[in-house]
Amino acid sequence: MLDDIDKRLLEEVADLHEIPQGAYNIRKNGKGIQRNTTANIDIITKADKPGIDVIIKPGTKNESVHIPVILSQSLDDLVYNTFEIGADSDVVIVAGCGIHNSGSKQARHDGIHEFFVRKGAKMKYVEKHYGEGDGTGDRILNPKTIIEVEENGIVELEMVQIKGVDKTLRDTIVRLHKNARLIVSERLLTYLDQSAESDITVELLGEDSTAQVISRSVAQNDSKQIFHLNMRGYASCRGHIQCDSIIMHNAQVSSIPEITALDSNAELIHEAAIGKIASDQLIKLMSVGRTEKEAEDSILHGFLK
Amino acid sequence: MLEIKNLNVTLEGDCGKVQVIKDINLSLDNKKIYVITGPNGGGKSSIAKAVMGIYPISSGQILLDGVDVSTMEIFERARSGIGYAFQQPPRFKGIKVRELLSWAAGSDEAEKLHELLFEVGLCAEDYLDREINTAFSGGELKRIEIASILARNLKVAMFDEPEAGIDLWSFQKLTETFVKMNEKYDTTIVIISHQERILRLADEVILVADGRISEITSHEKILGEIQLLDSDCLYNKDCCKGGRPNAR
Repeated sequence: MLDDIDKRLLEEVADLHEIPQGAYNIRKNGKGIQRNTTANIDIITKADKPGIDVIIKPGTKNESVHIPVILSQSLDDLVYNTFEIGADSDVVIVAGCGIHNSGSKQARHDGIHEFFVRKGAKMKYVEKHYGEGDGTGDRILNPKTIIEVEENGIVELEMVQIKGVDKTLRDTIVRLHKNARLIVSERLLTYLDQSAESDITVELLGEDSTAQVISRSVAQNDSKQIFHLNMRGYASCRGHIQCDSIIMHNAQVSSIPEITALDSNAELIHEAAIGKIASDQLIKLMSVGRTEKEAEDSILHGFLK
Repeated sequence: MLEIKNLNVTLEGDCGKVQVIKDINLSLDNKKIYVITGPNGGGKSSIAKAVMGIYPISSGQILLDGVDVSTMEIFERARSGIGYAFQQPPRFKGIKVRELLSWAAGSDEAEKLHELLFEVGLCAEDYLDREINTAFSGGELKRIEIASILARNLKVAMFDEPEAGIDLWSFQKLTETFVKMNEKYDTTIVIISHQERILRLADEVILVADGRISEITSHEKILGEIQLLDSDCLYNKDCCKGGRPNAR
């Protein structure tokens, strides 16, 4: 059953105020605790390792799957989830992990998600990570996301981690086939002595495939961030990476771009910027009556929106 | 009324300290339109920035309706009724036109926001939910900046070269807006500009050069002089000998 902490975590990571409509699988402290399937979406427990297979029938439209993970104990949780997104379907998958750690030992969740987005399918994947609790143990989240997008497939990734995660290693690999399209929006905030590393590799394998990766982060206090954003064009394709970070206090940020064209018709762009909040932005907002703190918060909130 | 008394501003630049404002005294009445004009780098924008609190003052006083605002933070001066429209407004990732105007107006009332954008020649449906980012042209950005000043019922509204990047139709509307703002709210309007049509709006024209006020005059007089003299001479009449400007 879900207690108050669980409900709060679910709200933070999946915007759920109650049990969701449609298909869902809620995992708590290493075990599946509630599940629902629909006529078009099946969820099956893996037989050989921890995790689930989510199978979405071809042509499924306007349905969603929620697969939140809750950790309210100090433990290491490893899960393998596989998603089969049927041809010509159009679905939203809401993942995310919330950790409440009030102990002195670490609470860690490693989620390995593999997606097969079939021909003409459209998938929006929303992943939010959140940590809380007054314990001294680290809250660690290490997602690995591997996505194969077949011809004419469209994938939109929205990955947000803006509170309470002490350490994270995010690894995202996307392979795009003919005329497939990818849009990635990553938002990261670290503070205190937190650390975050995000590795995103996009392989544009098919002709006319396109990818846009927009990563924005804010590093505060003594936190550290590293970004490896790598795009490889193997065919006539277009790709754009934009990686912007606001750095504050004693934080450190490394942004390491790599774009590789293996076809003369590949058009790849990488833009990276690290800097403080621009003083003219602060001054402008203060000149319409906001305090310095309000102006700073507004700029950071907008930047990470 | 805005009073500036013995104002001096010295800024730290790449080449050391530079005094950009030198002992300026000004008295700006309510319900009047003032245009500050003068050569580039002469200190026009610096006066406005010192009044807004963007540039720290070295000495002197700035009084708004008798209250010394010289030591106030920017937001405190804003809340007291001073506004400044930037010559080159900043862009924001993730902040929408709607948010900026709502903060400025202290209200997110749709009708008010629509009216503000209409005043600067923009269609609210097209602009309110757009981010103030690099997708905007310089002209669009400038209009939104002006709208953010119009949003507030200010005692003193300062516009730094508001005409730059504004098309002719919007320029006409902009000049009407200045007059309306001035009449409706008793706002003291200060416009930094070289534009003849802006100069014509002025009750008084303030000539600023080399960090000093060289003359306070009427627009009729200054526009007449422009036709007769090299414009540089307007700002420093001592530079002329025999009707020809000296090399400086």
